[in-house]
Amino acid sequence: MTAYSLNPNPLSGRRDQLVEGAAVKGRSLWDDARRRLMRNRAAVTSMVVLIVLVTAAIVGPYLTPYSYEEINKNDVWLPPLANGHLLGTDSLGRDLLARLLIGLRVSLAIGIVATSVSLVVGVIWGATAGYIGGAVDEVMMRIVDVLYSLPFIFFVILLMVTFGTNIVLIFVAIGAVEWLTMSRIVRGQTLSLKQKEFIEAARANGLDRGAIVRRHIVPNLLGPVVVYVTLTIPAIILAESFLSFLGLGVQPPMASLGTLIANGAQDMELAPWLLIFPSVTMVATLMCFNFIGDGLRDAIDPKDR
Amino acid sequence: MLRFLLRRLMVAIPTLFVVITVAFFMMRAAPGNPFDLDRKLPPEIEANVKKKFHMDEPVVVQYGRYLAGISHGDFGPSLKYQDKSVLQVLKENYRVSLTLGLSAIIFASIIGVTLGILAALRQNGALDYGVMAIAILGVCISTFVTAPLLQLVFGSKLGWLPIAGWDNGAVKNLVMPVIVLSLPQIAIISRLTRAGMIEVLHSNYVRTARAKGLPEHRIVTRHALRAAILPLVSYLGPACAGLLTGSLVVEKIFSLPGLGKFFVISALQRDYTVVMGMVIIYATLILCLNLAADLLYAALDPRVRVT
Repeated sequence: MTAYSLNPNPLSGRRDQLVEGAAVKGRSLWDDARRRLMRNRAAVTSMVVLIVLVTAAIVGPYLTPYSYEEINKNDVWLPPLANGHLLGTDSLGRDLLARLLIGLRVSLAIGIVATSVSLVVGVIWGATAGYIGGAVDEVMMRIVDVLYSLPFIFFVILLMVTFGTNIVLIFVAIGAVEWLTMSRIVRGQTLSLKQKEFIEAARANGLDRGAIVRRHIVPNLLGPVVVYVTLTIPAIILAESFLSFLGLGVQPPMASLGTLIANGAQDMELAPWLLIFPSVTMVATLMCFNFIGDGLRDAIDPKDR
Repeated sequence: MLRFLLRRLMVAIPTLFVVITVAFFMMRAAPGNPFDLDRKLPPEIEANVKKKFHMDEPVVVQYGRYLAGISHGDFGPSLKYQDKSVLQVLKENYRVSLTLGLSAIIFASIIGVTLGILAALRQNGALDYGVMAIAILGVCISTFVTAPLLQLVFGSKLGWLPIAGWDNGAVKNLVMPVIVLSLPQIAIISRLTRAGMIEVLHSNYVRTARAKGLPEHRIVTRHALRAAILPLVSYLGPACAGLLTGSLVVEKIFSLPGLGKFFVISALQRDYTVVMGMVIIYATLILCLNLAADLLYAALDPRVRVT
């Protein structure tokens, strides 16, 4: 750096550097991150498994010979592989494989939709509070504190008695709680980003606040946010299962992983497969997300390794 | 230190006040009321009952009355449990959640921190991978999978432990619920401890301690651990609040008469005062434990100054 001040024409040095850089073809931070992620065996395996699971959830229900709600009084409590039911049947003679696929689809959908909601709200809220700072930050973060201090189940029950149980409500209830942590993470990151020189430069160039938040702050938040998203999806799938388990979530004959496990647990002595298959599916799904999240964190933020 | 405490309390008290207000009006905005029974009360009786609990007044007046009450510790009468105050009702139900929650926190902290330290000391060794596998599994296998499985194996197959029930807090009845509650916590605590420990073990002052020739166990327990459990401190605050106010799923599966289940029943029956009492307890716990975590943080890390 000091060489510049000695150089009579500082721009020539810069130009040489640029030309050289173009020839070597630099690796961006994201290239680096992807390379590191691809070397992480657990994360890559998880991605493959997850792709299989997601495909099964999307396509699977159209391919099964039985529908998830078809009740068959002659085929109740069938063990796996009996009578063409690959994973057996439940107390009403419904095909477990069909129910498992539809349940996986519902759980994944809730996880992804609720995460997107919490992502959008959390990022906007946190970035605004962190960037504007002062009294606005104070008020916005106190609102987060208040919502944090209300028990989750309180929201759910009130929403349920007001609007009745339906799937959209579950999205709302879970999203209403999950964006809080996201906004705190984003705010913390924004506070430290704000001090950086390139923000200063943007301000000096006359960019207005909104544009700085949109064009400079939010893209740089991507790293920690992506990591948190991959860890939020499994958290939401779990939260939905808890609600379904307590009878506050998805209503029959629809299924989610949570309702399947809840029903399986009731009959576990008579028909253990009704508990085992949904449990294994859920654990596998959650593990995939967690491994990918951990892998991403190591890849994006190498100093944590 | 005192100024820090005062300033935090100045923020916490308005927060609590807003929580109470939001909860109060949300509760009242929900349809139905505590006297909406399956068997309709005659209108005169219903009017009398409402009058007794001041529910015939406008909501804002009721709100003022409620605030005046709690400002000197009166949470009002329960609307469902006749002739009992909210505090009496909560006291009757609190023991189960307190016993379970405390046991689970202590058990999970001891096991989690120990596993985390061992894993960090043998980083990338077999033990490390073992602990991390447990940690990942612990987060992914939710309580409603582990609970029925334990019941199946130790309750009905082996018959070592009672499948469910409280039985006045007999140790035998506590074992399975506490283990189920602890597992996810052990997973998170061991991960946090391991990450903190690995970072600290590479720091300069630990190298100095090694150079001075201190035995490894002293370095770990006296020097490294203090700094390594810092992330844990901020995690444990809210986690404790959650555990102490009852865990719905575990209470339901093991049929324990705890606060979580009680809260749901009260909310569904619109027992306004009891629900408000629980919300206040939960919010106070969260605020206090967060404050305690910050203080502990400052006590453990001399670089953090509380002013």
